[in-house]
Amino acid sequence: MKKPLGELHKGQKGRVDSFNDKQLSLRLMEMGFLPGEDIQVSHIAPMGDPIAVSVFGYIISLRLEEANTIIVEC
Amino acid sequence: MLKQQHINAKKNISLKALKVALVGNPNSGKSSLFNVLTGLNQQVGNFPGVTVEKKTGMSNFGSTKAEIIDLPGCYSVAPKSIDEEISFNVLCNPSNLDKPDVVVVVADASNLKRSLFLCTQIIDLKVPAILVLNMIDQADKKGVTIDIEALSVELGIPVVYANARKQTNIKALTEVLSQPVGVSEKTIVDVGLLSAIDFTEAKLICSVNNTYSAFAISNSPAVFLDADKVLLLELSFQKHNYNRQQVQSSEALHRYAAIGEIIKKCTSISPVSESKVHATLDKILAHRVLGYLIFLIVLFFIFQAIFTWSAYPMDLIEKGLMGASVWLTDLLPTGILANLLCRGIIPGLTGVLIFVPQIALLFAFIAILEDTGYMARVSFIMDKLMRKFGLNGRSVIPLIGGVACAVPAIMSARTISNWKERMVTIMVTPLMSCSARLPVFTLLIALIIPSDKTMWGFSSQGITLMMLYLIGLVSALLSAYLMQFFIKTKEKSYFIMEMPNYRSPRWDSIGIIMIEKVKTFVLSAGKIIVVISIMLWALSSFGPEDTFGRVEQKYSTREFRQQLSEKEILNKIAAEKLETSYTGMLGKKIAPVISPLGFDWKIGVSLITSFAAREVFVGTMATLYSVGDSENTHTVREKMAASINPITGGKTYTFAVGFSLLLFYVFALQCMSTIAVVYKETKHWKWPLIQFLYMGALAYLSSFIAYTILK
Repeated sequence: MKKPLGELHKGQKGRVDSFNDKQLSLRLMEMGFLPGEDIQVSHIAPMGDPIAVSVFGYIISLRLEEANTIIVEC
Repeated sequence: MLKQQHINAKKNISLKALKVALVGNPNSGKSSLFNVLTGLNQQVGNFPGVTVEKKTGMSNFGSTKAEIIDLPGCYSVAPKSIDEEISFNVLCNPSNLDKPDVVVVVADASNLKRSLFLCTQIIDLKVPAILVLNMIDQADKKGVTIDIEALSVELGIPVVYANARKQTNIKALTEVLSQPVGVSEKTIVDVGLLSAIDFTEAKLICSVNNTYSAFAISNSPAVFLDADKVLLLELSFQKHNYNRQQVQSSEALHRYAAIGEIIKKCTSISPVSESKVHATLDKILAHRVLGYLIFLIVLFFIFQAIFTWSAYPMDLIEKGLMGASVWLTDLLPTGILANLLCRGIIPGLTGVLIFVPQIALLFAFIAILEDTGYMARVSFIMDKLMRKFGLNGRSVIPLIGGVACAVPAIMSARTISNWKERMVTIMVTPLMSCSARLPVFTLLIALIIPSDKTMWGFSSQGITLMMLYLIGLVSALLSAYLMQFFIKTKEKSYFIMEMPNYRSPRWDSIGIIMIEKVKTFVLSAGKIIVVISIMLWALSSFGPEDTFGRVEQKYSTREFRQQLSEKEILNKIAAEKLETSYTGMLGKKIAPVISPLGFDWKIGVSLITSFAAREVFVGTMATLYSVGDSENTHTVREKMAASINPITGGKTYTFAVGFSLLLFYVFALQCMSTIAVVYKETKHWKWPLIQFLYMGALAYLSSFIAYTILK
């Protein structure tokens, strides 16, 4: 099933599929969000936003609006 | 394997320092490498036109003298923030004055794949480069072994290990830097093959002869190209149907594919049992209850440090300089010079040095928080809350620091990487009630609220004091909320941020940071503070014509000598001199302007003098009411309480006047040091001016409303 990264619950794993924001997608790819890459939600901030994901061998935090530009296959 | 292109030929180097630029991802340990290489030979300035910190330092590699520049952290040569634009400009602009002779790419060895992205882009730019693998210990823990010789062959540039945190292995880097460094013969990704065009026109327009440079510049043309060249590029690309975004995405994918191949050849991974420490720590520090609780404790410690601990050295500095002043008064013949030195310059110096302990302590704490990786977690848990007010998760530190003193707090806003959020933080921090307001608050509260009065079982005085602090906090947040609509920027607020691994702090590097911060404050903001202090002294020490002589003459008559003691006469002379000085005249001049707030000319004078520092209000009141000894606040209060308003016949300091004055001190930017430090941090007089005016307007309006309702 494909859905935006922001909709995954804590601990859920998936695979990067595509992006829906062209501008942001370049930065995301540069930082290791490559299509096909394994991804896991490792933390969600107390107020539900931002979230921290484990991808490409490290942990990155992003705001929900940014996370939702990443479509994940899970 | 290296094409040994001699840069500038060796004989030139001995005359001109070799320009070395440190480049790397944020958190790659670049700054600590910079600290190790340059020690205390650092200079902090700003890049032209922007408020991004520019750190340079000198170092010697064998017989080679080098000027090292620490470029802002970046992820690629496609800039997304002002910081990254700076690094991009220095790396890609052929006519940039800081254009380096050698680029040292600092990479986090524990995440080699991502670090090599920027590194291989720099290789493709065809600039002489060295790769430094930092944080090898972290890679070891992950079970990753890197064959640096093989990596050097694959990349075509020298590769060395360095552990900046432990200062070991820096030797390998300095040895490579003492030799001429060449340009790699390798091309990691040939963008010419990825697109339909061959960039010949782009190369001409950008005046470069390398395809990848032309590609990088034309992706972010507006950063340094002239408008007509930007247009030419646009036209050329339209003609060939060039899809910029698609080629950029394709570059990223191809680059990571190439990096994957390189890594396969150069690294081996042995399975290690993964440490659960980081995950557990994150679970606690980002927890919805524990996370905030721990952060509260950390904030409390920082607050204690800059509020209580720094009080001892501050006291020492004040007493020491006061002693020097007394000693000089005795030593020097009375006259203008002694007066200027003891009442203008020394208080000015005190006004600068008094901040040193607070700045040093606050930055020690911030360095520890950044170093250990905890600051990233603070941002993480505070982001949503602070974002609502147009602030950044990291704005919490300056805001809380502002309760002790706005000066170090405003300097600490440097940790906020987004320009707009940093500006908003700087603009509202002085609204937090600082420790210099406390003497004014306690004096005035004691004056208008009886100490035995209670409210809900609590002392009314205490509740009023707390309320004043709350008003400060609420107005800071509301101002921030409104300000985000006025401060414009083309920079988009991203929050895509790496959560670095937890590490122990580097103590030697913290020492350097403390010294650097104090040095830059004393040298830049310090000058302004001393100048304003001398101006305030001159205004209070001189009057038109011979008014002072007349005052002294008046009190030298026998009539006064018989009635009053020596000390009483001196106090009366001081009071009348201040009244007839330029400051006194100014206070009387502004009296009509401040009378709607319930203030008389004496308050007017105190408002002017307390611009040096808010607590000076108490001292000025002491002089004006001929108390003499300003240490004795009790007598000041009694004199003020007994003072009669000549117009109404009632008390001068009614509840309405006192409360109005309290509100004025809550809001007004009555502090030259804050103005100086805001100028230093923003590099523009526009910002402190706007701040002075908007806080002044808030003060005037709220005092006016309060006085009108209460009187």
